[in-house]
Amino acid sequence: MDFQLIWFILIAVLFIGYFFLEGFDFGVGILMPFISRDEVDRRVCINTIGPFWDANEVWLITAGGAMFAAFPHWYATLFSGFYLPLLLILLALIFRAVGFEFRSKVNKMFWKRSADHFIFWGSLIPAFIWGVALTNIVMGLPIGEDMNFTGGFFGLLSPYAILGGLASTVVFTLHGAVFLTLRTEGPLMERAAKVAEKMWIPSGVLLLVFALLGYRYTILFDDLGLIPGTLPILTVLAFVAGYFLLKLGRTGWSFTATGATIVFGTIVAFEGLFPLLMPSTLNPDWSLTIYNSSSSELTLTIMSVVALIFLPLILGYQGYSYYVFKKRVTRDSIPTH
Amino acid sequence: MEALDLARWQFGITTVYHFVFVPLTLGLSVLVAIMQTFWYRTGDENYKHLTKYFGKLFVIVFTLGIVTGIVQEFQFGMNWSEYSRFVGDIFGIPLAIEALMAFFLESTFLGLWLFGWNRLSKGVHLLSIWLVAIASNLSAIWILMANSWMQVPVGYEIVGGRAELADFVAILLNERLLVQMPHTIIAGFVTGGLFVLGISAWMMYRGNQVQTFKKAAQIALVFTAVASLMTATTGHSQAQDTVKSQPMKMAAMEGLWDTEQPASFSLFAMIDQDNRTSMREVRLPYMLSVLAHNNTTSEVKGMNELQAEMEEMYGEGNYIPPVRTVYWSFRVMVGLGMLFIVTAFTGLFLWWKGKLETTTWFHKLLMISLFLPYIANTAGWLVTEMGRQPWVVYGLLLTADGVSPSVASSSIWISMTAFTLVYGFLAAIAVFLIVKYAKPGIPKEIEKSNTGSDTSDAFAY
Ligand code: HDD
Ligand code: HEM
Ligand code: HEM
Repeated sequence: MDFQLIWFILIAVLFIGYFFLEGFDFGVGILMPFISRDEVDRRVCINTIGPFWDANEVWLITAGGAMFAAFPHWYATLFSGFYLPLLLILLALIFRAVGFEFRSKVNKMFWKRSADHFIFWGSLIPAFIWGVALTNIVMGLPIGEDMNFTGGFFGLLSPYAILGGLASTVVFTLHGAVFLTLRTEGPLMERAAKVAEKMWIPSGVLLLVFALLGYRYTILFDDLGLIPGTLPILTVLAFVAGYFLLKLGRTGWSFTATGATIVFGTIVAFEGLFPLLMPSTLNPDWSLTIYNSSSSELTLTIMSVVALIFLPLILGYQGYSYYVFKKRVTRDSIPTH
Repeated sequence: MEALDLARWQFGITTVYHFVFVPLTLGLSVLVAIMQTFWYRTGDENYKHLTKYFGKLFVIVFTLGIVTGIVQEFQFGMNWSEYSRFVGDIFGIPLAIEALMAFFLESTFLGLWLFGWNRLSKGVHLLSIWLVAIASNLSAIWILMANSWMQVPVGYEIVGGRAELADFVAILLNERLLVQMPHTIIAGFVTGGLFVLGISAWMMYRGNQVQTFKKAAQIALVFTAVASLMTATTGHSQAQDTVKSQPMKMAAMEGLWDTEQPASFSLFAMIDQDNRTSMREVRLPYMLSVLAHNNTTSEVKGMNELQAEMEEMYGEGNYIPPVRTVYWSFRVMVGLGMLFIVTAFTGLFLWWKGKLETTTWFHKLLMISLFLPYIANTAGWLVTEMGRQPWVVYGLLLTADGVSPSVASSSIWISMTAFTLVYGFLAAIAVFLIVKYAKPGIPKEIEKSNTGSDTSDAFAY
């Protein structure tokens, strides 16, 4: 069996899970300051993701651990290469977690406003940087013969990469807006729905520009003709469907659709890369591939067995947790202090 | 400073900091679960109040463990890319399993526990906190498997300049793991136990809800007494393993420059690393032979001889770790370990005499002891990690060869400064919140409404 392929897919699955799940809680964090009218609204927003955000983040941690185990060179090159962007993500995630956990622990204006900033920036910054990082990877990077990244920080900030950052930010924000529509009620819910509807069309235009420029700047469509294939089309269809489903009041399905946009979009990136992990712009032979970066067969076999046992379990109890907290978060469920 | 030194400092700072909160989580999660079990079994509302009270403190500590843990997961790749390439085959496995098996369980069930007070049945809710406690300790096992492989590499094969996995079972049953894991986890239990004891003593000292906190103190006393004894016994077996697997570290722990037979245990020494001697020594005859081999006659090798042996094996170089730090850290840890045993058994004695809630000098002692396990833990890790230098993977990879070649010192300056500032800020907030939530004791309005009628989501954000 081709274990490298299996692990490439599994790591893609972990990132898809991460973007899907943390995507909506980034969105909630970004929108919270804008759609809340008072303190209680803010707390309702935070509590919609209260029981979940930490578990959502573990998808990232697992992806990191899995990359280390299955493709050590990928782990080493990526995170030493993207040193400063990753630092920013880590700091943002630290502040965000602290914002969630400690916000209601002190009943002082200054404290709560600070926590709000932590939550907002802590959600916005990673949402943006993940887009920039992924775009850079699919554009190709200056990777040297010894597999190390030779570029600098500012080289990562090309206009197209920034466009990629904006794209991920708007998608996550939309995903979060629909999630809030699904999980709150009353005026707050209506405001969340309205934000989503207003954002949808401009976001669509942005995403379309990003995708079309992808022909020029990325390696994703190199082997494809003008008709890009099923997955990109599904991504577009899901995105469009989400809008109409929301208008029809089918919020649950609309959420599925924004989720599907994220899922298909991420698959497009991974599939377009395959079998490369990090294409080198200096010399195609220096690219990291799933074959030259992987661990030994034995490691991959053991990891496969472990994943086979634990992934279904994890999906099971995470599903259970969403089931327990399926009710909308109401204003009167918020404690008074 | 060079990138290498910076990377080492950053790793040391961030890891030590992570390990301030982790041991407390290991112990406190179990203690909170025990308190909730008492409530579940006896129906005594006092235990419910205690569960919530210590549960709130636990959440504060846990948050700090989480946020500092994420950094850990990625910093091998960031600062130690060559190391990551070298060990990934083996080291990555426990890391990935830790996330799959422990972190998911822990984070999901913590969410269920925090937000499920009114939504889960009592039994499922109790199960949730136990799963959190079990998962925390499982995570420790896996990360220690990674660490013990760095201490004593087993089950590998060097292929193309990388360590490749050859025998997974050997790694699971690494003898280093079997001594290191119990000692570390139990040290975590001591940390949690002394935390609950210290806070309960503070409340009893101030005459605040004395009867309730006496119950907490009793649970924690039994827990700490057993655990503190076990730190000593497990530490002893770890030392015996160290003599075998890393004799240089043991010699450094003892400031032993020249081989001795029988070997004496050093109580005090001024270590002069440059001239490779120690001065003004106070030594207990035979005791090092006892510590190392459980008899009074055997030989323990000194650093000078080991240095010569290692040069022969690995070529020229300096294989002597920073002796002074290792030597003194070891004494600090062991000294504190003895103190914890005495403290815990004094407490049991006072309880037996019926004076636990009235002996104020003992309350003061406990309040001080609350702060000491962190020093013992850090000292223990300094022995372990610095005693292993100059190797990052013992006998296989030098620390200097593990660092990321593509990361500039300026980047590490930025990250190290950022982490130090942010972590300092977090420490201030954590201490502030712990004091704020600990000081008033159990909120009075909740204590009075003993009917179980508090239905608001006490743990909601
Ligand atoms: C509350 C914390 C605590 C206490 C009271 C002790 N220890 Fe400890 N010790 C640790 C916390 C710790 C630790 C932080 O958990 C370490 C670091 C690595 C490890 O496995 O555990 C450690 C490591 C460690 C090592 C390993 C050094 C190596 O890597 O080879 C030895 C030999 C001991 N300890 C011995 C002892 C002895 C004889 C103690 C007697 C009372 C003792 N420890 C108390
Ligand atoms: C499984 C867990 C651990 C792993 C995999 C690990 C790994 C490492 C690595 C890669 C280094 C860098 C090389 C070096 O600078 O020496 C290091 C050094 C260090 N680690 Fe650990 N470590 C672990 C646990 C810990 C813990 C829990 C602590 C402390 C609480 C700790 C404290 C240190 C310190 C202080 C250094 C710096 C030593 C020096 O620079 O001389 N480590 N460790
Ligand atoms: C240097 C290597 C280490 C790495 C890579 C690492 C990684 C992590 C990560 C990613 C988390 C966050 C999990 C979450 O978000 O829920 C975490 C938390 C945790 N880590 Fe570490 N860790 C290291 C050292 C240690 C050691 C040595 C121990 C125990 C002996 C330990 C025990 C824990 C525990 C129990 C938690 C749960 C949260 C908490 O306890 O506060 N870790 N760690």
